Amino acid sequence: MRIVVQEEPFDLGAEAEAFAASRSDMGAIVTFTGVVRDLSGKDLEVMEIEHYPGMTEKAVEKIASEAAQRWSLGDVLVIHRYGRLVPGDRIMMVATAAPHRRDAFEAADFLMDYLKSRAPFWKKEHTAATAGWVAAKDEDEDALSRW
Amino acid sequence: MDILYFAWVRERIGLPKERVTTKAATVAELVTELRAREDRYAAAFADLSALRVAVDQELTDFDASLEGAREVAFFPPMTGG
Repeated sequence: MRIVVQEEPFDLGAEAEAFAASRSDMGAIVTFTGVVRDLSGKDLEVMEIEHYPGMTEKAVEKIASEAAQRWSLGDVLVIHRYGRLVPGDRIMMVATAAPHRRDAFEAADFLMDYLKSRAPFWKKEHTAATAGWVAAKDEDEDALSRW
Repeated sequence: MDILYFAWVRERIGLPKERVTTKAATVAELVTELRAREDRYAAAFADLSALRVAVDQELTDFDASLEGAREVAFFPPMTGG
Protein backbone atom coordinates (compact mmCIF):
# COMPACT_ATOMS: atom_id res chain seq x y z
CA MET A 1 0.00 0.00 0.00
CA ARG A 2 1.37 3.37 -0.96
CA ILE A 3 -0.21 6.73 -0.09
CA VAL A 4 1.25 9.90 -1.56
CA VAL A 5 0.03 13.46 -0.93
CA GLN A 6 2.10 15.91 -2.93
CA GLU A 7 2.02 19.30 -4.62
CA GLU A 8 4.05 18.34 -7.69
CA PRO A 9 2.64 16.51 -10.74
CA PHE A 10 2.92 12.73 -10.97
CA ASP A 11 3.78 10.64 -14.00
CA LEU A 12 0.65 8.57 -14.64
CA GLY A 13 2.40 6.18 -17.02
CA ALA A 14 5.39 5.58 -14.79
CA GLU A 15 3.21 5.15 -11.68
CA ALA A 16 0.86 2.71 -13.43
CA GLU A 17 3.81 0.79 -14.88
CA ALA A 18 5.60 0.53 -11.53
CA PHE A 19 2.38 -0.49 -9.78
CA ALA A 20 1.59 -3.20 -12.35
CA ALA A 21 5.15 -4.48 -12.28
CA SER A 22 5.16 -4.89 -8.52
CA ARG A 23 3.06 -8.07 -8.49
CA SER A 24 2.99 -11.15 -10.70
CA ASP A 25 0.21 -12.93 -8.79
CA MET A 26 -2.47 -10.34 -9.56
CA GLY A 27 -4.76 -10.95 -12.53
CA ALA A 28 -6.36 -7.49 -12.52
CA ILE A 29 -5.00 -3.96 -12.25
CA VAL A 30 -7.48 -1.05 -12.21
CA THR A 31 -6.35 2.57 -12.35
CA PHE A 32 -8.51 5.68 -12.05
CA THR A 33 -7.26 9.19 -12.73
CA GLY A 34 -9.02 12.40 -11.69
CA VAL A 35 -8.50 15.40 -13.99
CA VAL A 36 -9.21 19.11 -13.39
CA ARG A 37 -12.10 19.97 -15.67
CA ASP A 38 -14.19 23.00 -16.51
CA LEU A 39 -17.64 21.53 -16.95
CA SER A 40 -19.54 24.53 -15.71
CA GLY A 41 -18.38 26.71 -18.58
CA LYS A 42 -17.13 29.35 -16.18
CA ASP A 43 -13.71 29.60 -17.81
CA LEU A 44 -11.91 27.97 -14.96
CA GLU A 45 -8.35 29.20 -14.74
CA VAL A 46 -7.07 27.59 -11.57
CA MET A 47 -8.32 24.83 -9.29
CA GLU A 48 -6.80 25.41 -5.88
CA ILE A 49 -6.73 22.37 -3.63
CA GLU A 50 -6.23 22.83 0.09
CA HIS A 51 -5.69 19.96 2.50
CA TYR A 52 -5.03 19.21 6.16
CA PRO A 53 -1.42 18.00 6.40
CA GLY A 54 -1.18 15.12 8.85
CA MET A 55 -4.87 14.27 8.86
CA THR A 56 -4.94 13.80 5.08
CA GLU A 57 -2.40 10.99 5.12
CA LYS A 58 -4.10 9.29 8.09
CA ALA A 59 -7.56 9.56 6.54
CA VAL A 60 -6.41 8.17 3.18
CA GLU A 61 -4.55 5.33 4.89
CA LYS A 62 -7.69 4.47 6.85
CA ILE A 63 -9.78 4.42 3.65
CA ALA A 64 -7.21 2.27 1.83
CA SER A 65 -6.97 -0.14 4.78
CA GLU A 66 -10.74 -0.45 4.83
CA ALA A 67 -10.69 -1.32 1.10
CA ALA A 68 -7.98 -3.91 1.71
CA GLN A 69 -10.14 -5.54 4.39
CA ARG A 70 -13.28 -5.61 2.29
CA TRP A 71 -11.86 -6.88 -0.97
CA SER A 72 -9.19 -9.37 -1.88
CA LEU A 73 -6.44 -6.98 -2.93
CA GLY A 74 -2.76 -7.42 -3.54
CA ASP A 75 -1.91 -3.75 -3.47
CA VAL A 76 -3.36 -0.22 -3.36
CA LEU A 77 -1.88 3.06 -4.57
CA VAL A 78 -3.35 6.51 -3.90
CA ILE A 79 -1.71 9.70 -5.14
CA HIS A 80 -3.51 12.99 -4.44
CA ARG A 81 -2.18 16.44 -5.25
CA TYR A 82 -2.79 19.80 -3.60
CA GLY A 83 -1.90 23.35 -4.59
CA ARG A 84 -2.81 25.28 -7.73
CA LEU A 85 -3.80 23.15 -10.72
CA VAL A 86 -5.10 24.12 -14.15
CA PRO A 87 -7.70 22.41 -16.37
CA GLY A 88 -6.25 19.23 -17.83
CA ASP A 89 -3.94 18.65 -14.87
CA ARG A 90 -4.22 15.30 -13.14
CA ILE A 91 -5.38 15.78 -9.57
CA MET A 92 -5.16 12.26 -8.30
CA MET A 93 -4.98 8.59 -9.13
CA VAL A 94 -5.90 5.36 -7.45
CA ALA A 95 -4.73 1.93 -8.51
CA THR A 96 -5.81 -1.43 -7.19
CA ALA A 97 -4.36 -4.86 -7.87
CA ALA A 98 -6.38 -8.00 -7.21
CA PRO A 99 -6.42 -11.63 -8.27
CA HIS A 100 -9.80 -10.97 -9.93
CA ARG A 101 -11.15 -7.91 -11.72
CA ARG A 102 -14.35 -7.43 -9.70
CA ASP A 103 -12.39 -6.87 -6.51
CA ALA A 104 -10.08 -4.44 -8.28
CA PHE A 105 -12.96 -2.43 -9.83
CA GLU A 106 -15.12 -2.33 -6.72
CA ALA A 107 -12.24 -1.38 -4.43
CA ALA A 108 -11.21 1.45 -6.78
CA ASP A 109 -14.82 2.72 -6.86
CA PHE A 110 -15.03 2.54 -3.06
CA LEU A 111 -11.73 4.41 -2.71
CA MET A 112 -12.98 7.19 -4.99
CA ASP A 113 -16.29 7.57 -3.14
CA TYR A 114 -14.53 7.84 0.21
CA LEU A 115 -11.70 10.08 -0.99
CA LYS A 116 -14.32 12.52 -2.25
CA SER A 117 -16.12 12.98 1.06
CA ARG A 118 -13.88 11.66 3.85
CA ALA A 119 -10.37 12.82 2.95
CA PRO A 120 -9.71 16.41 4.07
CA PHE A 121 -9.31 18.16 0.72
CA TRP A 122 -11.16 21.29 -0.38
CA LYS A 123 -11.37 22.69 -3.90
CA LYS A 124 -11.58 26.36 -4.82
CA GLU A 125 -12.32 27.41 -8.39
CA HIS A 126 -10.70 30.56 -9.72
CA THR A 127 -11.84 32.28 -12.92
CA ALA A 128 -10.59 35.63 -14.19
CA ALA A 129 -13.41 37.36 -12.32
CA THR A 130 -14.37 35.15 -9.40
CA ALA A 131 -13.17 32.63 -6.86
CA GLY A 132 -15.37 30.23 -4.94
CA TRP A 133 -15.20 27.08 -2.87
CA VAL A 134 -16.71 24.02 -4.48
CA ALA A 135 -19.69 22.84 -2.41
CA ALA A 136 -19.91 19.18 -1.48
CA LYS A 137 -22.76 17.45 -3.29
CA ASP A 138 -25.48 15.48 -1.52
CA GLU A 139 -25.03 12.73 -4.10
CA ASP A 140 -21.39 12.33 -3.04
CA GLU A 141 -22.49 11.77 0.55
CA ASP A 142 -25.29 9.47 -0.62
CA ALA A 143 -22.75 7.47 -2.64
CA LEU A 144 -21.17 6.26 0.62
CA SER A 145 -24.34 4.40 1.53
CA ARG A 146 -23.73 2.07 -1.43
CA TRP A 147 -20.95 0.49 0.58
CA MET B 1 -4.93 23.51 22.40
CA ASP B 2 -4.45 24.35 18.75
CA ILE B 3 -7.46 25.22 16.63
CA LEU B 4 -7.14 24.92 12.86
CA TYR B 5 -9.45 26.30 10.19
CA PHE B 6 -9.63 25.27 6.55
CA ALA B 7 -11.18 26.51 3.30
CA TRP B 8 -13.91 29.17 3.73
CA VAL B 9 -13.85 28.77 7.52
CA ARG B 10 -10.18 29.86 7.45
CA GLU B 11 -11.01 32.77 5.16
CA ARG B 12 -14.00 33.93 7.23
CA ILE B 13 -12.12 33.83 10.51
CA GLY B 14 -9.00 35.23 8.89
CA LEU B 15 -6.36 32.84 10.16
CA PRO B 16 -5.36 29.22 9.63
CA LYS B 17 -4.43 28.32 13.18
CA GLU B 18 -4.47 29.67 16.70
CA ARG B 19 -3.69 28.46 20.18
CA VAL B 20 -6.42 28.81 22.76
CA THR B 21 -6.76 28.09 26.43
CA THR B 22 -10.18 26.70 27.16
CA LYS B 23 -12.10 24.77 29.76
CA ALA B 24 -14.63 23.60 27.18
CA ALA B 25 -15.48 19.93 27.76
CA THR B 26 -16.93 19.33 24.31
CA VAL B 27 -16.56 20.66 20.78
CA ALA B 28 -19.99 22.29 21.12
CA GLU B 29 -18.84 24.21 24.22
CA LEU B 30 -15.72 25.34 22.39
CA VAL B 31 -17.88 26.58 19.50
CA THR B 32 -20.01 28.55 21.96
CA GLU B 33 -16.85 30.21 23.34
CA LEU B 34 -15.53 31.00 19.87
CA ARG B 35 -18.86 32.44 18.68
CA ALA B 36 -18.89 34.85 21.59
CA ARG B 37 -15.48 36.28 20.67
CA GLU B 38 -16.13 38.39 17.58
CA ASP B 39 -18.52 38.73 14.65
CA ARG B 40 -16.20 36.87 12.29
CA TYR B 41 -16.33 33.81 14.55
CA ALA B 42 -20.10 34.11 14.98
CA ALA B 43 -20.42 34.25 11.17
CA ALA B 44 -18.18 31.24 10.60
CA PHE B 45 -20.02 29.15 13.19
CA ALA B 46 -23.53 30.38 12.38
CA ASP B 47 -24.64 27.11 10.79
CA LEU B 48 -23.03 24.01 12.24
CA SER B 49 -24.71 21.80 9.65
CA ALA B 50 -22.37 23.42 7.11
CA LEU B 51 -19.31 22.47 9.16
CA ARG B 52 -17.34 19.37 10.00
CA VAL B 53 -14.96 18.92 12.92
CA ALA B 54 -11.91 16.79 13.59
CA VAL B 55 -10.37 16.24 17.02
CA ASP B 56 -6.71 15.20 16.91
CA GLN B 57 -7.06 14.60 13.17
CA GLU B 58 -10.03 12.23 13.44
CA LEU B 59 -13.44 13.23 12.09
CA THR B 60 -15.97 13.44 14.88
CA ASP B 61 -19.20 15.13 16.01
CA PHE B 62 -19.89 18.41 17.73
CA ASP B 63 -20.83 16.61 20.94
CA ALA B 64 -17.40 14.94 21.09
CA SER B 65 -15.35 15.29 24.27
CA LEU B 66 -12.25 17.47 24.28
CA GLU B 67 -10.63 15.62 27.15
CA GLY B 68 -6.92 15.29 26.35
CA ALA B 69 -7.41 16.88 22.91
CA ARG B 70 -4.43 18.74 21.47
CA GLU B 71 -5.81 19.81 18.11
CA VAL B 72 -9.30 20.69 16.90
CA ALA B 73 -10.02 21.54 13.27
CA PHE B 74 -13.11 23.11 11.72
CA PHE B 75 -13.84 22.94 8.00
CA PRO B 76 -16.61 22.60 5.42
CA PRO B 77 -17.64 19.21 4.00
CA MET B 78 -14.70 17.78 2.09
CA THR B 79 -14.37 17.84 -1.68
CA GLY B 80 -11.53 15.51 -2.55
CA GLY B 81 -11.04 13.21 -5.48
